[in-house]
Formats: sequence, structure tokens, C-alpha cells
Amino acid sequence: MTETILSPMSLLAELTHRCPLQCPYCSNPLALEPRRNELSTQEWISVLDQAAEMGVLQVHFSGGEPMSRPDLPDLIRHAVGLGLYTNLITSGVLLNEKTFPMLVEAGLDHVQLSFQDIDTANAEHVGGMKGAQARKLEAARLVAADGMPLTLNFVIYRENAARVPQMLDAAVEMGARRVEIAHTQYYGWGLANREALMPTAQQLEQTTQAVEAAREKYAGRLTIDYVTPDYYADRPKPCMGGWGRRFINISPSGRVLPCHAAETIPNVAFPDVRHDTLAHIWRDSPLFTMFRGTDWMPQPCRSCDQREKDWGGCRCQALALAGDARATDPVCSRAPDHERVVRVLETLPAEPPPFRYRRYVRATDEVG
Amino acid sequence: MITGLTGDSVIRFARGVRLQHDRVRERWIIQAPERAFIPDPVAAEVLKLVDGTRTLGQIVAELATRFAAPVDVIGRDVHVMVSDLITRQVLVA
Ligand code: SF4
Ligand code: SF4
Repeated sequence: MTETILSPMSLLAELTHRCPLQCPYCSNPLALEPRRNELSTQEWISVLDQAAEMGVLQVHFSGGEPMSRPDLPDLIRHAVGLGLYTNLITSGVLLNEKTFPMLVEAGLDHVQLSFQDIDTANAEHVGGMKGAQARKLEAARLVAADGMPLTLNFVIYRENAARVPQMLDAAVEMGARRVEIAHTQYYGWGLANREALMPTAQQLEQTTQAVEAAREKYAGRLTIDYVTPDYYADRPKPCMGGWGRRFINISPSGRVLPCHAAETIPNVAFPDVRHDTLAHIWRDSPLFTMFRGTDWMPQPCRSCDQREKDWGGCRCQALALAGDARATDPVCSRAPDHERVVRVLETLPAEPPPFRYRRYVRATDEVG
Repeated sequence: MITGLTGDSVIRFARGVRLQHDRVRERWIIQAPERAFIPDPVAAEVLKLVDGTRTLGQIVAELATRFAAPVDVIGRDVHVMVSDLITRQVLVA
């Protein structure tokens, strides 16, 4: 059987791994890309042209901190000119009254602004940057005052889980239309810090209740997207809507990936835009075809009625938890390796270990 | 139903929302923050007429002519649809 190849809908452009913050839950890979390897403005423009040609409708400028790139307004303007819907995923610490008007003028459609916590002291402890919270609040104020749609993103982990009600109240006060209450996803640095970040089952239940209460309280004023840690679920998420079906991720150096964690997959070449066209990579590269559709699936997925709903879950999670990217996602209660997820949750330490902060390995890569 | 929505209300897209033709998939889509959705064919006809200057009444009149249908019938349907899209933060009046 040959799999139908759909056109991608959405492009995540990770412009840089540079970021003034050091969040221990960051989904970036442990090996951060130094600045000298980053794609040039011209190379990103070609990526945007190719993506629009292929049918991509939305581009998410992300990182690292995408505002570390001075050419961000030019890239936004180019994307807007191609009819792409532009979204900026930012920590907000570089968004101020000098930089924001340039993004408005370029035609940016939407800002997604992330917070480490609503409690300033803990937020700055987790982000590793003094003064960050005041800058973020100012960023939110500027976006709301302009009228550009604003989504706030709160990443939830053990230390801040109890404060979800305050986060949601604050989101309304800040003038956000949407808020994401997103439990940490355990990839990259998040995986390295799993024991320090993973909430207890009871904490998870409390955050769920807080979200439900706020959905009622703020009905019609605030849309709340709620993302749970799938370690506690019985069924995996349809990761990226299926491997190579809707989504393209471009790393700062131009690697083309089916998801942001895919660089962990062993024994496969990573295609990149410096050596091949996006369309060819999407259609034919081994990385994109290896888990596309259902042909690759082992049992129990192969004969499961959910196989075209969750696409067997997440390959990177299968790799992280079962040691095999081809395995059924161990989050699934039907997976042979499901025990491993149960064990992780049962053996969470009573006292969280200290964070391993997101940092470049070599100090010389960091600056700029 | 949104109260205060009348034939004289000027209808616009909410900031950050737009109707766009998806050339590759040959269909219309509504682009909005964190989501894109496909309008049904009738909604697409209505939304194509939303340009920030037309009133609800003008949109209805235009559709009535185009589809050779009675204004009151079309008017009721369009009013309901536009109300719904306002609640969903797609349109503002
Ligand atoms: S998660 Fe934190 S460290 Fe990672 S890119 Fe976002 S703000 Fe920077
Ligand atoms: S067995 Fe596979 S396809 Fe079935 S629910 Fe579990 S992960 Fe999904």
C-alpha cells in the first residue's frame, strides 16, 4: 500500500536556539545550534517561498527566542506577502516599545507569549533571568494595547501547578483572548529534567479542575487550551497530527524535521534545506517516509482501530521510553512497554532534584 | 444571537482573522490565531462579502440578488450565521 502524501499545513521556523532564558523544560535539543550555523536571511526567504508553494498556510516563528534575530521583521514581511498567516512564539523579554512596532508594521498576525510562572520569584528562578517577568508583562501590555491577538502560554510543572487559577485570572487582566495551560512535554531539556518537573497525579487533577472552573467563569471571554502530560493518559496524542502529514519543522541550521524532537531519531540522515528542496524532502526523504501513514506500524497498532486517529503516538517518546523509535508509544496502555511509563510515575522523587538549566555547552556559542 | 446586530451594522473581520483562498487544496479557509477552519460553502459566500465597509443589510441584498432568493429568508439565515461568527471571535460588528 502506498500512503497518500498530503500537503503540509503548518511550518515551525526555529530561527535560532539563542535565548536570554534557560528554561529547564525547553523542548530544544540538548545540543543547541551555535549562531554561526544558522540559516541566513536569504535562506529563510527561500524556505518561506517553497513552503507557501507547497500549500503551507501558517508559519510559526519560534526558537530559542526568535526576536534574537534582527531580520525577524523582514521574514515576517516576506511571509505576509506570500499570504502566510504569521505567528510569533516568544518569551517576550526582547519585545519592547522599540522592537514591537517593527513587527506590527511588518504585518504580524498573532503573538504567543510564554510565561514560566505567575509568581515572579519562581518564574525568574526557572527562566534563569532576573527582571524577565517585568519585561514579559510589559510585552503583554504592548501587544494588547495594539489590539493584535494575544495568546499566553503557561508551561506547567511541579513547582507552579498550584497557581493555575491565578495564571488564568492574570491572563484575562492582561487582555489575552486565548491562553494555553500546557503541561511540560518531556523532550529535549524537559526530558533531562523530568524528575524535577513531573507533577503528581493529584497536582494534575487540581490543574484540570482549575481549568474547568475558569472555562465556566470566563466563558465567551477567554479560550483555554489545556495540554496534559501524556504520561498520565491511557492513549497517546496524535503527535503532530501524524508523522509527515501536516507539519514541517525547520531547525536553525536548516534541518527539516517532522517534529521538533526528531533529531533524536538514530540511523537516519537529516535532510536540510541547504542541500535539497523542501518539496523533495517532504515527499521522499527517508526521515519523512519512515513513519508516515500506518505501514511501518508494529502490533498492537497495526491492527488497532485507533491507528489512523493517533498514528501510534509519538516516535520520539517511543525512543525515549522504550529505546526504539518504531515501538508503540509506551504511553498507550496497550503498548508492550507501558510498564516503563508507570514506573517513571511511581518512582518520582519526593524532593525534586535541582534543575539542569538549558545552556550551550561551549560558552563561546552563547553570546550574541 | 448577538443583540444590537442590525441591517446597518458594518461587519468586519476580527483583528488577526481572515478569509483566504487555499490555492493548493482549492478551498476557502478561515485563518485565525492558533487555528484554521473551513467555512461551509454558504458561510464562504457571506465572508467573501465582508470587507469592513459593507453593512449586514448590504451583504444580504447582494446575496439575494446573486442567488435570486427572497431577502427576508436570506436575511434571517445570514443574521444567525454572522451572530455565531461574532461569538466565535471571527467577525466584529
Ligand atoms: S523554553 Fe525558555 S529557554 Fe527555551 S526557547 Fe523558550 S524561553 Fe528560551
Ligand atoms: S495500540 Fe497503537 S494505534 Fe492503538 S491506541 Fe495504542 S498507540 Fe494508538
